[in-house]
Amino acid sequence: MVKTFLMKLIRIKAIAKKEIIQILRDPLSLAMAFLMPVLLLFLFGYAITLDVDNLTTIIYDADKSSMSRELAAELTASGYFSIVRTAEDQREIDTYLDSGRARVAVSIPVDFAKTIAKGGIAQLQVIVDGSDSNTATISLGYLSALLDIYARRVTGARSAPSIEPRVRVWYNPELKSRNFIIPGLIAVIMMVIAALLTSLTFAREWERGTMEQLIATPVTAPEVVIGKLLPYFLIGFIDMLISVAMAVFLFEVPLKGNLAVLTVISSVFLFGALGLGIVISIVAKSQLVASQIAMVATFLPAFLLSGFMFAISNMPIPLQAISRVIPARYFVASLKGIFLKGNPVRILVSDAVFLLFFAVIVFIIANKKFLKKIV
Amino acid sequence: MVRSLESCLLKGPCLMHKALERIKQMVIKEFIQVLRDKRMKAIIFVIPVVQTLVFGFAVTTDVNNIPTAVIDLDNSFASRELVGRFASSGYFTIIASPTNSSAVQDLLDRATVSIAIQINRGFSADLKRNIPASVQLLADGTDSNTTTVAVDYASRIIKRYSQDIGPPVTLATAGIDVRQRAWYNPELKSKNYNVPGVIAMVIMLTSLLLTSMAVVREREIGTMEQLMVTPLRPVELILGKTIPFALIAFCDMIFITILGVTIFNIPINGPLWLLPLSTAIYLLSVLGFGLFVSTVAKTLQQALMATFLFFMPAVLLSGFMFPIENMPAVFQYLTYANPLRYFLIIIRGIFLKGNGFDILWPQMAALFIVGVAVFTMSSLRFKKRLG
Repeated sequence: MVKTFLMKLIRIKAIAKKEIIQILRDPLSLAMAFLMPVLLLFLFGYAITLDVDNLTTIIYDADKSSMSRELAAELTASGYFSIVRTAEDQREIDTYLDSGRARVAVSIPVDFAKTIAKGGIAQLQVIVDGSDSNTATISLGYLSALLDIYARRVTGARSAPSIEPRVRVWYNPELKSRNFIIPGLIAVIMMVIAALLTSLTFAREWERGTMEQLIATPVTAPEVVIGKLLPYFLIGFIDMLISVAMAVFLFEVPLKGNLAVLTVISSVFLFGALGLGIVISIVAKSQLVASQIAMVATFLPAFLLSGFMFAISNMPIPLQAISRVIPARYFVASLKGIFLKGNPVRILVSDAVFLLFFAVIVFIIANKKFLKKIV
Repeated sequence: MVRSLESCLLKGPCLMHKALERIKQMVIKEFIQVLRDKRMKAIIFVIPVVQTLVFGFAVTTDVNNIPTAVIDLDNSFASRELVGRFASSGYFTIIASPTNSSAVQDLLDRATVSIAIQINRGFSADLKRNIPASVQLLADGTDSNTTTVAVDYASRIIKRYSQDIGPPVTLATAGIDVRQRAWYNPELKSKNYNVPGVIAMVIMLTSLLLTSMAVVREREIGTMEQLMVTPLRPVELILGKTIPFALIAFCDMIFITILGVTIFNIPINGPLWLLPLSTAIYLLSVLGFGLFVSTVAKTLQQALMATFLFFMPAVLLSGFMFPIENMPAVFQYLTYANPLRYFLIIIRGIFLKGNGFDILWPQMAALFIVGVAVFTMSSLRFKKRLG
């Protein structure tokens, strides 16, 4: 009994060793596997932000009073709007918005200051480029808040609104989009590694004809699957460590929770993700087909349906239902919980159980499919 | 004399004809190879459909149905009225009404709700006595984007309510009336913004991956040598390898456009003929990059990873989802080398803004220059590798 178990371990070790040699023989792919998290984190950490500021703005000031100039100055001073052009006439606004040179247009009518001085209601026209709906919504919010304060000041209306909202933001008080994106990105990175590396392993052996040689040896199906999975697990794990280190030290994302818990949940997720890659590889049998399926089955859902960036509650009900079977969803929730909220194990356990369940199911499917292919 | 003149005259067109024939054969061979696997046929058409559907439906930055908790400690007519306003706004879905603050903490920790509205005891009493009352908003800042919008919506609802119930303030007599309008996409629907972008993305992903893999595969299987001993010239080989995927990309473009118009009701406000023209220009650079990857990669594994390493930055630094103006200056300059940047402006201009050639020509010119540069460089590198 012990002896057969030992033999099993030796065979798994042999397969893993063979796979490692094969990976090391292709240093370019290995280098890219480690470059991937660094590149993605850099792009998401430095280049990309959902925070809206420096909105290109064109202003048309027909009034040319001190009051209207003050309004323009206030927009610039807020930091959200940068005035790229002071228009000569109304038509210029059209050209600027059409060509995309400005996203926001503010048009101040002729007797703006006079009307306010007389105690009337002055009209102010605001046009935003709605084609980017997200930026447009946020910029309208900024504008109305700014104009509200401005209006209250210039009209001298001192009466405060009778109900005052008191806003407190938890977990990410400064609402930094970096803190929101980076933890979830770790899930995407690990899914990508699974998709790009493991999805080709079995397919490659089939295409090159070395699978028959492997089958001819005394190894059993689970041994092949585990043996092939282990080296990629190591790569994925190193990628995870790189990502967490970069997130904490370079991007200063707070890690409020326990690092050990993070490691355990990540390992469970990685096991399932790699298992999924292996299933794709076994089923596809061709590298071209495997790569295409992997993109759609692993990367796309992890990126779009996991809640990594796009709130699941905004999706239509059928997609919300689909997102429930996507492991990345649970991992993203755990990551955000551990990083930003410092959630205790009590809260994380339900997500972790699902991830474990997924990993086991995928492993069983991988074995079943592999057995069928052999016969 | 007459005969030699005739053959001389015919020689040019004849050579040309032969070259075209060779390219045609190569294209046919390529199609057979790609479509031999029945699953590939499905994949080529299923992938764009799946991507369009997911992007159209899932990638919505519109904020609505925000899961909300309400703690109404006042439980008066006024507080219930305010809660009712939240519920009927369409932005907030009230899914929990806990009775104490510690329950709220748990709901936010578990991400069951993303915003909590707390109305303290004495709310209606304060209102009656004309003392400023307050409403507490507790927001989960994890999703910074949604939170920004949600807090803005909540503040507006409260302000509106406060204006409706409050005494007529002096503000009404003197003030500024802000007329807001959103052009091109008046309802601010994010699908109108995303679906045209998917065309650009799908074209890039399919043609990049298929081109690079098609070449590398020949090398991996060892059939590249066989191709080289045929009378095919390097230019013909390059054209034969890229034309099939250009055609597939064109089909995908038409496919997604039809989907976008029929399922997602995306408007086409501009001249439609500009779409195939600019797609053709765009393909020049995409296929060029595919060729480039194929000169770097020796195995399919490398080709797949290199494609991805190229594709991700190209998408992220294009303005597809993240506005270019918000990027640091260095990255903004980088985007000028990105063909996707120009194509996105063109395609959104055609669909949403109704831009014509008069406005889009600088973008098309830039796209053309990038395309010619990339394709020429990659072709030269490809030839060198062959030799």
